[in-house]
Amino acid sequence: MNWMLALPELVLALSGLVILVAGVCMKKEDSFVPAAMLSIAAMGVTLFLVPLTPDGNGYGHVFVNDGFARFLKILILAGGILATIISIGYQRGSSRLPFETPVLMLFSSLGAMLMASAGNLITLFVGLELSSLSIYILCAIERDRLKSAEAGLKYFILGSLASGLLLYGISLVYGFAGTMELVPLSMIIAGQGGLPLGLQIGMVFIIAGLAFKLSSVPFHMWTPDAYQGSPTPVTAYMAGAPKFAAFALLLRLMAGPFGMAAPRWQILIETIAGLSMLFGSLAAIPQTDIKRLMAYSSIGHMGYAMMGLAAASATGLRATLVYLAAYLVMNAGVFAVIGAMRRGGREVTSIRDLSGLSRTHPGMALAMAVFMFSMVGVPPMAGFFGKFMVFASAWHAGLYGLLAVGGVSALIGAYYYLRVVKVMYFDAPVQEFDSPAPSLSFVSAGMGVVTVFFLIGLGVITSAAEIAAHAIAG
Amino acid sequence: MLTQIVFYVFSAVLVTSGMMVISARNPVHSVLFLILAFFNAAGLFLIAGAEFLSMLLVIVYVGAVAVLFLFVVMMLDIDFTKMREGLQRYAPFGAAVGGVLFAELVMTFLHWETSAVVVAPVTGGLGEPGGPHTNTAALGNVIYTHYFLPFQGCGLVLLVAMIGAITLTLRDRPTGRRQDISLQHARRRQDTLDMLDLPLGNSVEENGGFRRPADSYYVTAIPGSYGIPAETPEAAKASAAKGDHA
Repeated sequence: MNWMLALPELVLALSGLVILVAGVCMKKEDSFVPAAMLSIAAMGVTLFLVPLTPDGNGYGHVFVNDGFARFLKILILAGGILATIISIGYQRGSSRLPFETPVLMLFSSLGAMLMASAGNLITLFVGLELSSLSIYILCAIERDRLKSAEAGLKYFILGSLASGLLLYGISLVYGFAGTMELVPLSMIIAGQGGLPLGLQIGMVFIIAGLAFKLSSVPFHMWTPDAYQGSPTPVTAYMAGAPKFAAFALLLRLMAGPFGMAAPRWQILIETIAGLSMLFGSLAAIPQTDIKRLMAYSSIGHMGYAMMGLAAASATGLRATLVYLAAYLVMNAGVFAVIGAMRRGGREVTSIRDLSGLSRTHPGMALAMAVFMFSMVGVPPMAGFFGKFMVFASAWHAGLYGLLAVGGVSALIGAYYYLRVVKVMYFDAPVQEFDSPAPSLSFVSAGMGVVTVFFLIGLGVITSAAEIAAHAIAG
Repeated sequence: MLTQIVFYVFSAVLVTSGMMVISARNPVHSVLFLILAFFNAAGLFLIAGAEFLSMLLVIVYVGAVAVLFLFVVMMLDIDFTKMREGLQRYAPFGAAVGGVLFAELVMTFLHWETSAVVVAPVTGGLGEPGGPHTNTAALGNVIYTHYFLPFQGCGLVLLVAMIGAITLTLRDRPTGRRQDISLQHARRRQDTLDMLDLPLGNSVEENGGFRRPADSYYVTAIPGSYGIPAETPEAAKASAAKGDHA
């Protein structure tokens, strides 16, 4: 029983170890591509194993598997695979990543999967550390580039602080309830009626720690520097899988044990969501670097996704999950395009470098325009359905203030997304980019198609999200 | 009574040495006070009846971590006076923030109440019924049986930390004398040894000067050493400057 429950995690962990040994045995110069291929294969196999696992608790109730965990694990693995494919295209010219990069992405995804299945606050913390520690290393992996080292150090120091806050919150919850298991915790809170002071403070600390990982306002300070400084494939990874894992925990904790006390945390989540949306769109306006722009954009997107949680209903949870699926697709696509922005083998990341892209690389410009429209939320792109569902759930929950904030920020956001499109289509062309690596074209074209035809898969995704939402909301 | 006296002695020394860790001017003294603090904390654990944790604290923290700190402090060339420069300026602000947080915590704990509802953990208690009841056995049961999965996860966390330490710090430098065993084994006498007939009464100079060792040395040597010409004049100058510095 235990074996089958955690089969994907076990397979992923073992293949990670094997790839590590294989990478060490190969010659240093040509070990990257085989290691990346192997880890894509390992994550692919795991992706197919996830739907086969049964429901249930395992390993002394520290590990729980249900529809919700499976949904998020699939998102996490898809994010990991796409980022690894992008990293293969990144290996050109002067930029060479070591073969540990795909292995660390694999281990980080493993940590994220553990978080998605956490049935105990201990599993939560161990999974979070496994996932974050790998990302700290990945940020600084181009250690000879000053920006990369800066990104790694900043993220590491602030991330450790956030882990400390989270751990302190967990200890307060344990101090109050005498258990760290989620099922007894929810029984205790239900039996208590209200939410006593100690437990409430613990919950606030846990929300703060997770909001840091989600880069939500007011815990977003690290995001722009870390996104800009890290190598592009790492940024693509950071913006995907770890956020899904943090959302997994936030949803599982808030809808599960703390579900009885929804009025207490609803206002907190509402504030974080509103501030994130507003700040994400306002601070993105003056940006000139596309990676920084994407950092602020991701802050905003996390705010929209959190709106579904603020609604505190099964429909809201479903909306959040659909939003995350749409975000995964467009995010990976945008970073594949950013990864292809190279001149003479060197990476360029300024928005102005995109000038006249529609004439030099029409395909790339079209893909980027599709992703930008999708991020704005123009129908029938993927982003529209996500936004529509979270706004609808907030409407049903009567959160009109939050809706107004969301609407205003979406309008402001449209300005800077469409500015990128304007630069690509209406400005005079500058020097041409190098021809993009096949893996980058593959990801950007593939994700572009998925973004445009998201409607076809929407039924499947929504029903999976429905099952997932009911698995935790009961 | 005796226990209380011992408790207060240990606690007082612990708090004092904790203060000294952050206020001592000499960083080596800080580490030594840290070791003292660990010992006293171990004593407190002993009084509380947690003999296993107490021994673990001494072995792991004093034996390994503190000694490692000592090495780091002594080996790294950190200008601690420079690091303290901002202290005067930031101290009032830091104290204010700390004071507010402390006041808030005190207010919280004045209203602390533990759960009135008690729910048995789903995994069962610490010890098996009729089984081991010592601290060590109970801890072993918890870590290796109930929390087996997180324990393995911690193993992976350590593995990732190790990968990180290696990737971020290991650099392949073409260092001077790298040992190549197969090269050494393949060496023949005529590669390294030349028999010369030298006429009597001549100096070294007249016989053609000192001779450099044969080719085999050149393979793994860095340019610039063993009389091998450096790749570029700049590189030669740089390596010469490095040599002067050493």
